[in-house]
Amino acid sequence: MSNVFTDTFAWLADPKHWAGSTGIPVRLAEHLQYTGLVMLIATAIAVPVGLYVGHTGRGRVAVVALAGALRALPTLGLLTLFVLLAGIGLMPPVWALVILTVPPLLAGTYAGISSVDRDVVDAARAMGMTELQVLFRAEFPNALPVMFGGFRTGVLQVIATVSVVAYINLGGLGRYLFDGLVLSDFPQMLGGSLLIAVLAIAVDLVLVLFQRLFLSRGAARKPDRSHQAAAHLTDPATAEAVVQGGTS
Amino acid sequence: MEWFLANSGQVFSLAGQHLVLAVLPMIFGLLISIPLAQLARQNRTLRTVVLTASSLLYTIPSLALFIILPTVLGTRILDPVNVVVALTIYAVALLVRAALDAFDSVDDDLQQAAVAMGFKPLARFLQIDLPLSLPVLFAGLRVVSVSNISLVSVAALLGIGNLGMLFTSGLQRDFVTEVLVGIVAILVLALLMDAVLVLLERLLTPWTRAGAGKSGEPASGRRLSESAAGAAA
Repeated sequence: MSNVFTDTFAWLADPKHWAGSTGIPVRLAEHLQYTGLVMLIATAIAVPVGLYVGHTGRGRVAVVALAGALRALPTLGLLTLFVLLAGIGLMPPVWALVILTVPPLLAGTYAGISSVDRDVVDAARAMGMTELQVLFRAEFPNALPVMFGGFRTGVLQVIATVSVVAYINLGGLGRYLFDGLVLSDFPQMLGGSLLIAVLAIAVDLVLVLFQRLFLSRGAARKPDRSHQAAAHLTDPATAEAVVQGGTS
Repeated sequence: MEWFLANSGQVFSLAGQHLVLAVLPMIFGLLISIPLAQLARQNRTLRTVVLTASSLLYTIPSLALFIILPTVLGTRILDPVNVVVALTIYAVALLVRAALDAFDSVDDDLQQAAVAMGFKPLARFLQIDLPLSLPVLFAGLRVVSVSNISLVSVAALLGIGNLGMLFTSGLQRDFVTEVLVGIVAILVLALLMDAVLVLLERLLTPWTRAGAGKSGEPASGRRLSESAAGAAA
């Protein structure tokens, strides 16, 4: 076994694998580009819908049911279906990924808005804020920690699923896994896997750091016990477990 | 439909393999996470360590884990054991959290009453804490069930037999029907598993339907069951 480890580290350390169009920096950049593109589209869809549903309470049941049904869809099945129907290229897998990413974002946004203390919302309204002001000045800032939890879950899920995308002839770090599989080149597969695992953990740490630094600390503090439900959800890790149920 | 009828034998055998790969990790996950959650309740440091470790492991993408595990375990890459271990890790990561929430949700007064009545720690755990935690635990299990059934298919990329094989072979042969049959089969499997879990929960917690129903349920549990209920729909 030590053999595999040394071979893998040799593979990772080989300068050949850090240069050129199939080098690790390029694959890493591709991986992050796909992730960024998917997150951009998914956020643009999920956040407005989540804000609307969370604020008005309309369509709550439909959103919860839809998010659940989409969660049961197998990633790989959706990817292959889109590629078979729409052909090879960048966009078919991206749309498949968007469909998989919308549920956690939507659930996070909706859960965030609806977990805001009703007293705060009523007070905002009593002060004469318009509905839009209530949404963006009272609900949105208070919901941010939970919403960000959903975003974190989404990002991690996309990073994981982008590795699968390499199976259908796109780039990204997943390429090393499938190229290695074809060649029975285990060090390459293991090296690629380690890179993906490290990338996922690193990105998650960056997001946690971002949350600590920039998101309202007051909203993240646990109030008294009667608000346990909301406080529970502000712990992003809990929100993660609640908001969704799996990486890919 | 024709293709499905002609190949139903193969689909059913793949579904069987799929089910085994998805259900075993749920059982192992439950058996590991309940004692782990009990351990984590002993003190704050332990709790933080367990929760941090589980969310860290949960972060590792499954495809990468399927490939890293053989090296750690000394198994072959095609060995289904890798899939079972990987999914058990995810199941533990989710269930430990659910179990902690579940045990925390048990009313303190009830536990003290049990102690006062002379329950020994183990008996108190088995007869008081565990049964009262079941609703929250089952909510966690339902989330694990849906995600496991979807994740197992990724293992097909490495050549491990399950319904995901229909996706890989459908893609290779440019045959949409096969992929569609695979998606529907996995959705049906997820739905059936969820129904089984709901039924099991009803059988094990008859008292939840006797009274006012939800009033005894903790808020976090309700959130979890709501999201799990969504997963069922």
